[in-house]
Amino acid sequence: MNVENHTERQIEIDGWPVHLTTYKIGETFHCKADNVSPGAALARVTGSTAQEVEEKAIARATELLSRTKRRAV
Amino acid sequence: MADYAHPETLVSTDWVAQHSHDANVRVAEVDVDTKAYKEGHVPGAIGWDWNTQLCDVVRRDILSKAHFEKLMADAGITSSTTVVLYGDNNNWFAAWALWQMKMYGHKDVRIMNGGRKKWLAEGREVSTDVPMPAAATYEASGPDNSLRAYLDQVRAAMDAGSHGMVDVRSPQEFSGEILAPPGLPETCQRGGHIPGARNIPWGKACNDDGTFKSVDDLKALYGAEGIDASKPVIAYCRIGERSSHTWFVLKYLLGFDRVSNYDGSWTEWGNLVGVPVERGAASAKAAQ
Repeated sequence: MNVENHTERQIEIDGWPVHLTTYKIGETFHCKADNVSPGAALARVTGSTAQEVEEKAIARATELLSRTKRRAV
Repeated sequence: MADYAHPETLVSTDWVAQHSHDANVRVAEVDVDTKAYKEGHVPGAIGWDWNTQLCDVVRRDILSKAHFEKLMADAGITSSTTVVLYGDNNNWFAAWALWQMKMYGHKDVRIMNGGRKKWLAEGREVSTDVPMPAAATYEASGPDNSLRAYLDQVRAAMDAGSHGMVDVRSPQEFSGEILAPPGLPETCQRGGHIPGARNIPWGKACNDDGTFKSVDDLKALYGAEGIDASKPVIAYCRIGERSSHTWFVLKYLLGFDRVSNYDGSWTEWGNLVGVPVERGAASAKAAQ
């Protein structure tokens, strides 16, 4: 099977850039959210539609990013 | 890719599509977790889990020689196998695996340019089948510790100003504004960077599609921060995986002879009592 419906886009959550990569393998949609800089995966979820997986990935990324403390330097 | 110092260490996605089932080729996807591999991988590729298979799981260290030999043997890899590594996160963990394979003397190990990201974006075939290669016999050499920097060496290099020191983390990690990449657990007590380090985030070595930038662009990137082959270079990040990516770029794409990866990185330095720490932003050029 081939990767289908591959899309990428960048959004912002709590002031942090987040990169969403969504694609379909077989009948399953996958979405990965990464934190752009440095590019570490924050969420990797599966579901039956692109909208569903993106919403789940954004929710998880939002939860994790809310825990990141910024310090004065 | 021909202009790189060691073009033989890179293969394209096209090359992998044509050769992944060759008898003397073993393709391995290397990730920080195996979810990505399980979604679907390059047909014929085995999967290595960075957390459990490419580190000593008891003490913080690379694999022992015996464990490394077993990993290779179980994967059907002999000392003459062409091993092609790729992975998520623009090949961070693939680069870690390559670094370790070079420490243990594997001659023909290559990176798939663009990694998993490019393979998926190109809509290529993936498989969920997990290969079960016949076990081989593997004898490692080394480890070649010239490829690795330990704390004492890093401290001595800092004191003497004898090395180019490249911090490949994000500008916010470098400055001390955050203690870990956004969204990840904090793993150090103090933020900042090793005094004298230059901030050249690993991702600046890559194009948007995950492939490596041209030799000219890479020379300009590192040269602008005073990093060249005239003196030894130490690369570090948080846990040593992003810096193995930069180590690969400097050693195999630009051909620097003396490059080492400080895999202790900021999770070691940023937790030490009494070592110097510098805070604040990188130079304007590096932070752009």
